[in-house]
Parts: sequence; structure tokens; C-alpha cells
Amino acid sequence: MTSVVSVRDLSKRYGHFEALKGVSFDIERGETFALLGPNGAGKSTTIEILEGYRDRSGGEATVLGTDPGKGGLDWKARLGIVLQSTGESGNVTVREQLAHFAAFYPNPRDVDEVIAAVGLEEKQRTRISKLSGGQRRRVDVALGIIGTPELLFLDEPTTGFDPEARRQFWELIKQLKREGTTILLTTHYLDEAAQLGDRAGVIADGRLIDIGRIDEIGGAEARVPIVRWRTDGMLHEQRTTTPGALVASLYAEGSGEPRDLEVVRPGLEDIYLQLIARPEALV
Amino acid sequence: MNTLTLGFSRVRYEVATYFRQGDSVFFTFLFPLVMLTIFSVAFSEQSFGEDADGTSVTAAQFYLPAMIAAGLLLSGLQNMAIDIANEKSDGTLKRLAGTPLPVVSFFIGKIGQVLVTGVLQAALLLLVARVAFQVPLPTDPEKWLTFAWVFLLGVTTSAVLGIALSGLPRSGKSATAVIIPIVLVLQFISGVYLQFTSLPTWLQNVASVFPLKWFAQGTRSVFLPSNFETLESGESWNLTGVLIATAIWLVVGLVACRVTFRWIRKDS
Repeated sequence: MTSVVSVRDLSKRYGHFEALKGVSFDIERGETFALLGPNGAGKSTTIEILEGYRDRSGGEATVLGTDPGKGGLDWKARLGIVLQSTGESGNVTVREQLAHFAAFYPNPRDVDEVIAAVGLEEKQRTRISKLSGGQRRRVDVALGIIGTPELLFLDEPTTGFDPEARRQFWELIKQLKREGTTILLTTHYLDEAAQLGDRAGVIADGRLIDIGRIDEIGGAEARVPIVRWRTDGMLHEQRTTTPGALVASLYAEGSGEPRDLEVVRPGLEDIYLQLIARPEALV
Repeated sequence: MNTLTLGFSRVRYEVATYFRQGDSVFFTFLFPLVMLTIFSVAFSEQSFGEDADGTSVTAAQFYLPAMIAAGLLLSGLQNMAIDIANEKSDGTLKRLAGTPLPVVSFFIGKIGQVLVTGVLQAALLLLVARVAFQVPLPTDPEKWLTFAWVFLLGVTTSAVLGIALSGLPRSGKSATAVIIPIVLVLQFISGVYLQFTSLPTWLQNVASVFPLKWFAQGTRSVFLPSNFETLESGESWNLTGVLIATAIWLVVGLVACRVTFRWIRKDS
């Protein structure tokens, strides 16, 4: 078995509330898998079960060949975990914190390299409590990768980043991918999933409603281009696999240039919004 | 890295972060020193009895053992209970739980932090008492030996009980409000601020259940003149009692830690 993460019919109940209602997926070695979904859909519950923080109510889960509910220190040494943002007091400098955490791992990365990778060279002797939100988040990421993890969990890693910081972060993650790190990412940002993810799963209401390669999510149907135009003040909209032919015929039949003409190819964001708007329609 | 090496690395880290936190430095580290200074100055005209040679015992000498005992409770129990409750709630423990840091190394770090800061605190109290308030310190090596075991056993027990109590506050914000009253009440009923045998017998009996009364009795046996032994309950320092009571609390604390400590509140 080559799957780094394998999840079968995973369920989680809090009292009467069913946070997860049977989720299944696999993540292969070296793959980046993005878990998408609205707030409260079950993304964090899933990731925290796989990190060993929460117990599952039912189903099977294997992470690096181990049941995450029973993972020991050797198992944890192979993981990198970037939690959703935390509020630690941060009375240590960036460098002190990284050097300290590096010592926990059998095969840590070089502290200087990691500081450079997250772009905090200038701030390495600054206490974490004095950093901005985005800079603290980079420290979180640095701590996640300091142990040279085989599997990296990123739970909404770029929340609070400015656009430039987000791009730098993507470069960092792409570098980790090239080095063969397997990554499980949850995010609200569809462009982030599109940039980084090889495959994605969409969770809504505790169910996995779609899974597949990023460019296949939602199925071919959802990607059919939409042609919009206006005649006599009425807006028309038609989905077609041959938008060129449609536009040509509109041009030929009508009196020249159609008004307000546009041809739209649905992006990941449109497809995603369609998906979560009608979760019962799929799978 | 093995558990012990990591433990020592944690001690360094914990001590450094302790001293960078202004409120913990004041309310746990310097507090007994502040109180000793206040008592010594406020009651500077008063005599607290005479030793066998008829030399008057000053407020500073009288309160020194009490403040050292209070320091044991603050550096151990109060510090640990609030510190760990905060770390539970701010995500520090959750982060550590996701790393291969052994729990034992974490606890070596915590106990080590308490030992280092507790020793520094006691040294500072002794220094100020000696230099600023001319308190005569014992010359008999046996007294210092007694001090060593009372201190080490006391501070460890206090730290372990603090770790056990850290699960009591439901959040970091409420930690101070939950822990400080416990610590304060214990100090008032255990002979730290008020002379123990002047309390009603029933209150003495209540206090004798808790460890602070025994810490304070142990430190008094070291720093007060030997004729003060007659002022103790049963007119005896009762060091055997100190040893037994503290050891029992140490075991209780260890068991409670083992049963209650979790890196995180799972499924909260």
C-alpha cells in the first residue's frame, strides 16, 4: 500500500451532533491534497482526527501506516503539523523557538535554512509576541517543517496573509512538494487549492461531496462554458460545449454584434460554490 | 535526543520564558521578598520574642522562614497551576502534543523550572534577610541539611500539586481567579502570615491536612531559635511529621497528575 493517508467511512459525533458522516479518501505519497468546504463542514475535525488530536467515532483511518489514535513519538516525528492559528504568549525569539523545536526531531532541517525559507531572516532575533499576525503564521509554518516531515498538515495556513506573503508561501510549499513531502491542506481560498493541490476533496455538512483532480472537480458538466448576451433588454444564458459556434450563429442570425456578449468558463471558485450550494445533488 | 537531554533543554527554555513574563516574576518570584520587606519594615520596632541568650528576635527573622515557605507554594503550586492552565488554553500544549517531545521531558522542564526559580527565590530571600535586615542565619550544618530536604521535598511536592491543579480552571483567563484564592487562604491558615498556634485549634487541624503548614513548620525549625520550638503545636518541630505529610502529598500529587493530565482537552 502506497497511500500515506487512508480514510474509510470516517465519522465523528459530538453528543447528538454528527460532524462527520462517513468520509473516505486516500492521499498518495508526494501528493498535495486540498480539503475544501465551508466553515463548520468538518474539515478541521477530519484533519485533527488524522493528526491524532481527536478520537473518531467510527470508520477507519491510517496515517503513515499507523492508526492516528494510537500514534507514538516515532510516528509524530514523521509528521509536521500547522494548526489553525494559536494564541501562545511567544516570549521567545523566532530563532530560539525553531532551534528548540528542532531538537525534538531525529532529522531536523537547518534552522537558518528554515528561517530563510519562510522569509523571517530580519525577524529571527525578535520575540514571537512582537511579530505581526502574518509573521507569526510563518513561524507556525516554520515549526511545521522544521522536523523534515514526510507528511505535512496545513490547516488554513495563509489566513491573514497579504497577497505577496501568500505567493511567497505558495513558493515555499511548492519547494516542499518538489522535495517529495506529502501535504494535506485545508483552505478557504480556492486559488490556493488550485495553485498547490494535485487533488481536492469538497466537504459539506460532514460529507465528502466531491473528490478528484483540481481540474476535474465538479465534473465535466460543471466546466461547460456559459455564453451570455442580451436581446431587447432580456439577458440570455446558454451552456454549450461549442461556444464559438453559438456566438457565430448569434452573429449571423441577429443584426450583427450581440449586446453584452460574454463567454465564461467556470473557474474552480464557481464550481465550488455550485457544489456546496446543492450538496445533496452529488454522491 | 533522549528524554533526559530534551528535559534539560526544556528546563532552559522554561526558565528563560518564566523570567520574560513580567507578571509571573512579580507575583510568584518577587512576592515573598516584597512581603518580607514590608513586614520587616512595618514591625521593625516590635520584638517577636527572645532566643535562649535573651537576644530579641526581629520581624525579619520571624518572617523569613514563613516567606520561604510561601515561596515554595508560589513557585511551585501557584506558578505551575496557572502556567499550565494558560498553556492548555493558548495552544502551547496542543502544539507540543503534535511533536515527538516526550511527556516526561515536558515535566522535567516544568519541575526543573520550579527548582531553578525556587532556589533563586530562596537565595534572594536569605541574601536580603542577611544583608538588609541583619537576620542571623544558622551556623549548624545540620540545620542546613534539614533546610535542604525540607526545601527540595517541599518545592517538588508543591510543583506536582500545581500540575495536578492545572486541570481545575476551565480556561486560562480564569486560572488566576481559581488558583490565587486557594493559595491565599492556605497562607493565612498555615502560619505564614499569622502565628500558627494563635489560630483556633479546629482551624489548626484543618490547616494540618494541607502541605503548607508542614513546609512552614520545617523552615521555622531551621531559621528560628531553638527555644521557639515550645511555640509549635505539641511543642515540637515534629520533622518526622513534616516528612510524612509532605511525602503523602507528593504521592497524592503524582497520582493526580498521572490520572488527570492531558496534553489537550480532547473533543472539547
